[in-house]
Amino acid sequence: MSKSNFTRRGVLRTGAIAGAGLALPTYLRADAHAGFTNAPTGSTVTIGFNVPQTGAYAEEGLDELRAQELAVEHLNGIGDGGMLNTFSSKVLDGTGILGKQVNFVTGDTQTKSDVARAAAQSMIQKDGVIMVNGGSSSGVAIAVQGLCQEAGIIFMAGLTHSNDTTGKDRKANGFRHFFNGYMSGAALGPILEKEYGSDRNAYHLTADYTWGWTQQESMQQSTEAIGWNTAQNVLTPVGAGDFSSYIAPVLNSGADTLVLNHYGADMVNSLTQATQFGLKDKQVNGKDFKIIVPLFSELMAAGAGTNIEGVFGSMNWNWQLQDEGTQAFVRSFGEKYGRPPSGSAHTCYVQTLLYADAVTRAGSFNPCAVAEALEDFEFDGLGNGPTFYRGADHQCFKDVLVMKGVASASGSASMVGYDTVEIVEVTPRAQVEYPSDHPMFGGPEASLGECNPGA
Amino acid sequence: MDAIILQILNGLDKGSAYALIALGLTLIFGTLGVVNFAHGALFMIGAFCAVTFSRLLQLSHEIVDETRTDFLGNPLKVDVPYLQDWFGPETGAAIIDWAVPLSILFAIPVMLLVGFVMERGLIKHFYKRPHADQILVTFGLAIVLGEIIKANYGANPIPTPAPAAFSGSLDFGVWLGFDENAIIYPYWRLIYFLFSAVIIAGVFAFLQFTTFGMVVRAGMADRETVGLLGIDIDKRFTIMFGLAAAVAGLAGAMYTPILSPNYNMGMDFLVLSFVVVVVGGMGSLPGAVLAGFLLGILQSFASMNEVKSLLPGIDQIIIYLVAIAILLTRPRGLMGRRGVMEE
Repeated sequence: MSKSNFTRRGVLRTGAIAGAGLALPTYLRADAHAGFTNAPTGSTVTIGFNVPQTGAYAEEGLDELRAQELAVEHLNGIGDGGMLNTFSSKVLDGTGILGKQVNFVTGDTQTKSDVARAAAQSMIQKDGVIMVNGGSSSGVAIAVQGLCQEAGIIFMAGLTHSNDTTGKDRKANGFRHFFNGYMSGAALGPILEKEYGSDRNAYHLTADYTWGWTQQESMQQSTEAIGWNTAQNVLTPVGAGDFSSYIAPVLNSGADTLVLNHYGADMVNSLTQATQFGLKDKQVNGKDFKIIVPLFSELMAAGAGTNIEGVFGSMNWNWQLQDEGTQAFVRSFGEKYGRPPSGSAHTCYVQTLLYADAVTRAGSFNPCAVAEALEDFEFDGLGNGPTFYRGADHQCFKDVLVMKGVASASGSASMVGYDTVEIVEVTPRAQVEYPSDHPMFGGPEASLGECNPGA
Repeated sequence: MDAIILQILNGLDKGSAYALIALGLTLIFGTLGVVNFAHGALFMIGAFCAVTFSRLLQLSHEIVDETRTDFLGNPLKVDVPYLQDWFGPETGAAIIDWAVPLSILFAIPVMLLVGFVMERGLIKHFYKRPHADQILVTFGLAIVLGEIIKANYGANPIPTPAPAAFSGSLDFGVWLGFDENAIIYPYWRLIYFLFSAVIIAGVFAFLQFTTFGMVVRAGMADRETVGLLGIDIDKRFTIMFGLAAAVAGLAGAMYTPILSPNYNMGMDFLVLSFVVVVVGGMGSLPGAVLAGFLLGILQSFASMNEVKSLLPGIDQIIIYLVAIAILLTRPRGLMGRRGVMEE
């Protein structure tokens, strides 16, 4: 009887080690893993659109989703190509991203930070998305940006206007195309001085969360720079509904200007109620009382109806711009959905194209390579004129629109909100720029941190 | 002084809405013994009755205006309401302008019907179940109703303005001997307060001075004995549910110029209204009305800058602090009756 040295356990152990050794080169090959989270392996790549589909900002989220779907169609060569035809970078050719067809999954943020993080987490872990795009709240954007940083995923923010997103809460894996509170203030200041003079007493009502705080701070700085006095800043709870208790004290405060640092339903209600209290017809110290809403959106303007007439605000982009890129996007979007795109739809569409372009230029889906391609990238043809994606804080710099509420030009119910705001001025980029270590943006301590490729 | 009067007016106005919702809640609890968490949704449906009625009045046909173009460069399609075709541009526009007050006529039958269907179709099956079950099922119903409204009307607030004649504000201070513009208050809010007073008085008069109301009150006091007298008290209670729904609906319809309706507005009022009911005393109709106005006024005062500078954030918690204080000193609420929810 012969005796063998082989044992069952020994064979298994040796086999496992040999197998792992043989597999290692494959594991390390870029296409198979490439050392980053959710590296695409097949003929498709999946991106995640995380927008509010329910809750107070659902209409805005659904408009973002329409634009994101349109962007995917254009990337995959379906339709007329939209802004791909006008984009100054010409590496995208309608064959997907790096030859891979683009798929997408969606998540519902409900405009709640915890829900938005859970939705993004699910898209990253379960659906294997390589990038997350979207959102309609700064609180949500900052929360999801933090998650993407930890997971090693690129986050292309949607509508987020708080200075903090690319200020004290900036992240190496997060990028914002949308403008911010500082830029709104910087754009509005000179127009307000020209229209209303330099001797005004402003009363602020401010939504009590990150966006409201930074918006108010920015408006206070820009209006005080033109000589205005700040009478008072009153923080109001988000979703207060009835703002009469906050508006009534304005009447006898000696203020001649009300700045509503509100967004969404809060802005609709506070502006409507301020108008009902007769503020727009009031005279104080021989001056007509004025209301300012620093951040406009078409969907909010629709909710405010005629109350928005005569009110100044600002936007990141508007469908009424006449440049080639805007016209191409409005045509694509309008023919598909029967109405013009909103500003939030535009920023999500553009962010999707910018991501695809950066991947293509980098030749890799590795988030650190993509981030490098986006940093200090200068481009044009996407609706905002010459634009610069600053590397130091991942904030886009471009012209800002000063808007004013007007009576509907078309008389069409479906255009309310779209044609009840008009462009007063395209404020040049240079006027809204600031250093990346600006005190309102976290000062010298603010840092992007290290890019995280994940796995 | 003028600031205090302004906040009293604000408080009365807020209190009107709280009192109307709390009145309906108490009617349902007092008659059927049901804790109805869907009552805020009835307020919201009432608001959307005004939206629907306004849209019905604005039903339009399109005409093509060849002289203008739409955003894609095609000839512009302009909506022309049928009412303007039938009654002329001015009269048609005037009828549309009065959509909110006229919507009361639409809201009453709709809300009565909604109330009957809700009570007969769902809530009657939970009469003998614990209050926790009732809360869960009515809360679930509120969510379902909210989602139905959202699916049909979208999530954005919908502007529903008051008639142009009432869109301005009244210089209330001049009447009281103050300077001009010292106390300005919107016409529509004053109308809402008066409207609430009429509805509340109407409900009390109905319960106090009609045979139907007398039977209902008797049933609220002793359901079994009234039943033994051969009176179909269940049928009357069902009608009371419909009436409570109509009160909430009217409160919502008339509130639309103050707060642009959205699908979630009922939830915002629901929690506050429950606090009002508890503070007023479960099952007490006068208590609900009293507590509604009291808490509305307190909330307004707490929002004053002078108060907030002393106690930051007090405006958001004042109602709950008062509720705790009252329940600690008067566990049955301001006007609560012995034996209600004490078994």
